[in-house]
Amino acid sequence: MIDFVDQIFVRTKHRMLAPLTGAPDWIMQLASSLLSIAALLAVFLTLFALLSVLERKILGRIQNRYGPNRVGPFGLFQPVADGIKMLIKEDIVPSRADKIVHFLAPIIIAATAIIVLGIIPYGRNMTPLAIDGGILFFFAIGSTTELGVFMAGWGSNNKFSMLGAMRAIAQMISYELPLIITTLPVVMVTGALSPDTIVAAQSGYSFGIVPHWFVTTPWGAAAFILFFVSGLVESNRTPFDVPEGESEIVAGHMTEYSGFKYATFFMAEYFGMFAISGLAVTLFLGGWHAPIAVLQFIPSYIWFFVKLGALLFVYVWVRGTLPRTRVDQIMNFAWKFMLPMAFTCVISAAIWHYQGRGFAGWLWSLALIAIVYLALSWLLDTRRKLGPRTYRFAE
Amino acid sequence: MSAVAFLTISIMTLAAALAAALLPQLMRAALSLAVAFVGIAAFYFLLGAEFVGLVQVFVYVGAVAVLIVFTILLTRRDARSPDYFRWTGAIVAVAIFAGLAWAILSSAGLSGGPGKIGPLTVQRIGEVLLIDYVWPLQCVGLVLTAALIGALVLVMEERR
Repeated sequence: MIDFVDQIFVRTKHRMLAPLTGAPDWIMQLASSLLSIAALLAVFLTLFALLSVLERKILGRIQNRYGPNRVGPFGLFQPVADGIKMLIKEDIVPSRADKIVHFLAPIIIAATAIIVLGIIPYGRNMTPLAIDGGILFFFAIGSTTELGVFMAGWGSNNKFSMLGAMRAIAQMISYELPLIITTLPVVMVTGALSPDTIVAAQSGYSFGIVPHWFVTTPWGAAAFILFFVSGLVESNRTPFDVPEGESEIVAGHMTEYSGFKYATFFMAEYFGMFAISGLAVTLFLGGWHAPIAVLQFIPSYIWFFVKLGALLFVYVWVRGTLPRTRVDQIMNFAWKFMLPMAFTCVISAAIWHYQGRGFAGWLWSLALIAIVYLALSWLLDTRRKLGPRTYRFAE
Repeated sequence: MSAVAFLTISIMTLAAALAAALLPQLMRAALSLAVAFVGIAAFYFLLGAEFVGLVQVFVYVGAVAVLIVFTILLTRRDARSPDYFRWTGAIVAVAIFAGLAWAILSSAGLSGGPGKIGPLTVQRIGEVLLIDYVWPLQCVGLVLTAALIGALVLVMEERR
């Protein structure tokens, strides 16, 4: 019974593919891929609609006001209204813009954001695209987003767009480094680049209550926090949304986009968030494994989406709490703090591994991370006294 | 199936490469070059060299194309290609093409037909890279670090 509920989607897919048995191999492959793609799009577009309204509700709660509450019960039909509004808006293309590049930019950004969702294991036997180098695939496809952002900035032929694109690319390239280096300890410890193997390596429990997720080790916890912060930057979310920076450069690379093209950018941002959070769940939070042994009867995909939802809530929470950082602060933080800490995680994971993955290794790796963290915070402290602010150009 | 895929990818890659060479707008040429890079990555996938294909996308589309695009950004916006024909460029291109063609035609792989290779996993690549070829890898790392430091020295402000 438990197994049946757990594998219900896998079985449904097999049942739907059953009439095709005997067909050539490539038809089978094509049908299987199309089914997976349809399921992925259905799930994540629903999640996107749901999150867009929940985010506004939660932000409203944080700022002590009602969120959207006019359309439908509790404002739940707000995404439908928003979608209709976006669809019937006029699509304005600047007359001096590079029309083709301007048109292709949102498509490329959205496409890359959707493709990377394929490699994440959503449950037992539920990886849409199970390839050997899945993690590498994620980052390889993810790195082409920069080109899309640049196309949006250049194609619009607008100074705000170009400034926004430059800012976006600068911070994305800087934070791609800690993002990739913090996945390195996980890849080292499991010896695999495939997400399925990484999830499988995190199965099992100590005393039935402590799961063997990588986040329970010191290097895993540190790498998870670094990965999450880098993910926040990669998806251009507050407090790292300087590329949009509406108080300075209108809307950055999205300035000249309106109607459904703007909505496509918006969707890509959320899909990027889902992808990064999904990868964080896969790498550090045990993928679809249950947190304690007795709860294993709940289907695997539910656990995955519970963890994903928790991470997404933190995204919204951070957005409602922190003010926007400055460009130079973001860059300094990336190169002076994030990068050394990411390398420390790699070394610390190696110590943990060679100490036999036991309690002694746990303590040693914790000690290393603590020492480096304290040293960095002492070194990077500017020792600037906080006092009344003096303005150079404004009085 | 794979013949159809080969033909499709070939046409796409060649068209993108031609566009990169012939388009008058510099930015569009650079973006077509990125498409050609993706086409080459698709060839690697078709040949079963998954890892190389992924690295191709990672390095060439994610880094080299972005670098080219940034370089164009630093040039003058109204810069046009000169009216006269550049013989030096043509000679270099023909020389590179001849060299590559000679190397490919004289390689053993063409004459002997497809060789028997086992499934190439990422793990196997990692083992080969970090055990058999660890010294060349370290040397490459050293060269790249030197390049990084050199770039930093170039852009650093001079202190008085």
